[in-house]
Amino acid sequence: MKRGCIQRTGALVLGVLGVIFLLPAAAFAHLVTTGMGPVYDGIGHLLLTPEDLVPVIALSLYCGMRGARAGRYAMFMLPLAWLLGGLVGLNLDLDVTIPVPALSFLLLGGLIAADAKLPDQLIGPMTVMIGLLHGVFNGLVLKSGPGGPALLGIMGALFVLVALMSAFVVSLERPWTRIVVRVMGSWVAASGMLMIGWYFRGQLS
Amino acid sequence: MAEKWTGANLGFNISIATALLLLPSLAWAHVEQGQAAGFFTGMEHPWSGLDHILAMIAVGLWGAQLGSPALWVLPIAFPMMMTVGAMMGLMGIPVPGVEVGIALSAVLLGLMVLCEARPKLPISVMLVGFFAIFHGHAHGTELPPGQSGLLYSMGFVIGTGLLHGVGILIGLLHRFSFGRIVLRGAGAFILGMGCFFFWQAVT
Repeated sequence: MKRGCIQRTGALVLGVLGVIFLLPAAAFAHLVTTGMGPVYDGIGHLLLTPEDLVPVIALSLYCGMRGARAGRYAMFMLPLAWLLGGLVGLNLDLDVTIPVPALSFLLLGGLIAADAKLPDQLIGPMTVMIGLLHGVFNGLVLKSGPGGPALLGIMGALFVLVALMSAFVVSLERPWTRIVVRVMGSWVAASGMLMIGWYFRGQLS
Repeated sequence: MAEKWTGANLGFNISIATALLLLPSLAWAHVEQGQAAGFFTGMEHPWSGLDHILAMIAVGLWGAQLGSPALWVLPIAFPMMMTVGAMMGLMGIPVPGVEVGIALSAVLLGLMVLCEARPKLPISVMLVGFFAIFHGHAHGTELPPGQSGLLYSMGFVIGTGLLHGVGILIGLLHRFSFGRIVLRGAGAFILGMGCFFFWQAVT
């Protein structure tokens, strides 16, 4: 795939995700029902849940910054870990209030903003950990809806998203484009910090 | 180099457009309110007060005057520290003299732009970061109830970043000799407005 084509596709996917993200009817507290079956419900759930979508994009951007190898690793490991976590979540009965998305925002956004050069030995376990944690919470939510098949949809969407996003960042050559990615990372980290504030306000009030 | 508009590209774009066209017909089990509103409310919040606007644009202007790496480090430091202030506001941790701090930020940042001051990067980052806490605290305690906290937060951060972007875009004039004078004039304006805000805050 040519570099220009990757960049155009990546930019298009970012734009489309931005539009989807802004859809006024987005529902987060309740499961998305697309009417097209559980697999599509899973895809819809991922794409319309910023708590999951933004960390996935952030992880893809970070892995892309670390090179093609890290991107390839995340492309396969994240969906698998997410599926595993989801299967665990489907069989759990927990009422956890840990702000996992906020912590993911903070960690991944901070890594991107700092352009932290983590070794591959750390990027792998981090990817798996994020996939497992978000997967467990997805499993807990999906249990009352489309169930296991939705996880397959999520897996597929994750694979495509990570592949496109990380390839997009790998293809960026000009220094200022990487700075733009770092600025986006700082926004993700800042949003995570605010989410933690919201969490504490919810707990304290 | 201009790239050819191939059939494959056209097909891909049509499929994306079709997918988007079909989205409104999705049947939601529940319709929630306040989600998109949260994002846009957050995004417009930093644009709602002239004191905030001027200070954030001043950060972009100053960064443009200082050049790389301050050009992008300052606009990264500001939102990060601003959210620390907002987090303090959300957690109920008081910060004394918030309005005075916001006014002083306009005064000092305007002064820096006017004088085209060139302190070392850590000092400029600390200055910007310190005042960002006041801006964040004011915004953090003003978050409206009933809206999505996450989307409000993201809109709020992106809105702030866009204001810095406006400052940086204006700051591109710095490469021209007349542009430097214009930027210093903008600094003087921000300084003057900051003094006015300060007077309003203390009286």
